[in-house]
Amino acid sequence: MLNFILLILIYTGIYALMAIGQNLITGYVGLLSLTQAGFFAIGSYVTAILSVTYGIDFWITIPLAAIVAGFFGLVIGLPTLRLKGDYLAIATLGFGEIVRNILNNWDKVTNGPMGIQRIPMISVFGVRVSPYEKWGFLVLVWLFVLVGYLLFERLAKSRIGRALEAIREDEIAASSMGINTTRYKVWAFVFGAAIAGVAGSLQAEFILSVTPGAFTFMVSIMVLCMVVLGGMGNFKAVILGAFLIQFISYFPQLVGLSNVIPPQFKQVLFGLILVIMMIWRPQGILGREKRNAPGSFFRKGGRS
Amino acid sequence: MGSSAEFFQHLMNGMTLGGIYALIALGYTMVYGILKFINFAHGDILMVGSYIGLFTFDAIRGQTLGPWTIVAFFIAMLAGMLFSAGLGMAIERIAYKPLRKATRLAPLLSAIGVSFILSNMAAWMWGTKSRKLEYPFDNTPLHIGGVSITPHQILILIVVIVMMVSLKLFVDKSRIGKAMRATSLDQDTAKLMGIKADRIIAITFAIGSALAATAGFLIALEIKVYPSMGTMTGLKAFVAAVVGGIGNISGAMLGGILLGLLETFGVALLGIPYGLRDTIAFVALIIILLVKPEGLLGKVEKEKV
Repeated sequence: MLNFILLILIYTGIYALMAIGQNLITGYVGLLSLTQAGFFAIGSYVTAILSVTYGIDFWITIPLAAIVAGFFGLVIGLPTLRLKGDYLAIATLGFGEIVRNILNNWDKVTNGPMGIQRIPMISVFGVRVSPYEKWGFLVLVWLFVLVGYLLFERLAKSRIGRALEAIREDEIAASSMGINTTRYKVWAFVFGAAIAGVAGSLQAEFILSVTPGAFTFMVSIMVLCMVVLGGMGNFKAVILGAFLIQFISYFPQLVGLSNVIPPQFKQVLFGLILVIMMIWRPQGILGREKRNAPGSFFRKGGRS
Repeated sequence: MGSSAEFFQHLMNGMTLGGIYALIALGYTMVYGILKFINFAHGDILMVGSYIGLFTFDAIRGQTLGPWTIVAFFIAMLAGMLFSAGLGMAIERIAYKPLRKATRLAPLLSAIGVSFILSNMAAWMWGTKSRKLEYPFDNTPLHIGGVSITPHQILILIVVIVMMVSLKLFVDKSRIGKAMRATSLDQDTAKLMGIKADRIIAITFAIGSALAATAGFLIALEIKVYPSMGTMTGLKAFVAAVVGGIGNISGAMLGGILLGLLETFGVALLGIPYGLRDTIAFVALIIILLVKPEGLLGKVEKEKV
């Protein structure tokens, strides 16, 4: 039982990292990106390939995972972010599928659908941190969450963050105030991708194997639900959202009903969360942080 | 087989695939034209329509192939279309209409939610195993000058052409079509002119969903019916709509055909591995967005403050 709660908390941490990235993109800039799963996969595979095939230490693979994921964020962001938000959703969704497609087909490097197994376990200051020592891993993951949270929170409260919010509120007004909207959007996208890469790296180290099947569209939807449920534009809220969504997804196992409740149930529930939240509480459970946001994004009349 | 026969073979395959994309793309483009948002659940409406068609067909077809199975096939198709039309209207009413005055992000998120609900409900109720839809006729290919054409392809071409022509006539000539165009041009003014915009939007959803169900039922003969059948096909059809110019009905038709040809010829002539076939559409999307973001037949809309 305790073991199971630890597992939920570890996954909450890993997904919280992705949700923090998604929040910067969706909550702050107001762009709908549907590809956290893709960057997550890239981070996972970078760590898996480097540590298994080349024997590189985990601590070196983590920043590399962030850089590679961020680089792909740049590659996909540059062409698509110059356009209106709606296209971005489809382009990013397509990108996620392409990543999975390539992982499945590029046998030489990724070992195809079989994935990569036996990722070496790590130790921190002599303390073994592995899926078998869950306390250690829990601390490790949440340290990353803390660092990610502080970094992104700072970023969002800085000049850059204000620029991002200005873009969300009114892109034309923002650009006439001298904000280079494309550049800021691309940066937000790159940061969001990089932190998802770190999350992927951690997950690879936690499961000790990677397979393309673990990075479906479902992952991106879960991350999106976390942000929507917690509250867009509020980093604390999306961490709460991450916990709630993970809790929901493991609830059947937690109460021992996993063979009674079909696996689709939770997914239907995720869909319902998106629809219901949008209709009745678009600001999420905690809502946007009030600080410098007069007239919230969602309460605005939105007449065309 | 000469190379020109080979060319016509790919052309034929590309045209049928493209016709399917075009039918689905029409739904995206019509909804986008009026509400300016992407109906993410479109692919899943297609899937539900295909299931309903499959159930109906299995219930009423006899064992032996004959004229009746073909009639039964069309009855089943109609059942799927009607069900999807109703489903599309219901979804619009429940999940999109309350958000019409909200920000752009809200209906998109809601649509993604609906899509997820539909595909998982289907998996839950009908299982994840794909179900075979039996051919209503003998599908032995006919050989015409070295080109082999299956009766299935002929069926697709006929249905697609009939649907497209009637849709084009409906939108261009009928009163409701005129109201649709007016609503898409300017909803508020249309309302002032006495057009019931809500009803027009509901009709748009119904038509788009019915077309998607038709497309789904037609490809189900080849790819079978399963809960996620609409996802990839739907995405690619959306790409087709963007390539043609979103919001533009002729553009969706053109974009669909082009995408079908591009995929077929990309694999056949350019040597793109079959496993990466799905990637072609997204590369096409990114290129068109960079070069001509309004699409081939779309018109440039200046953003106003």
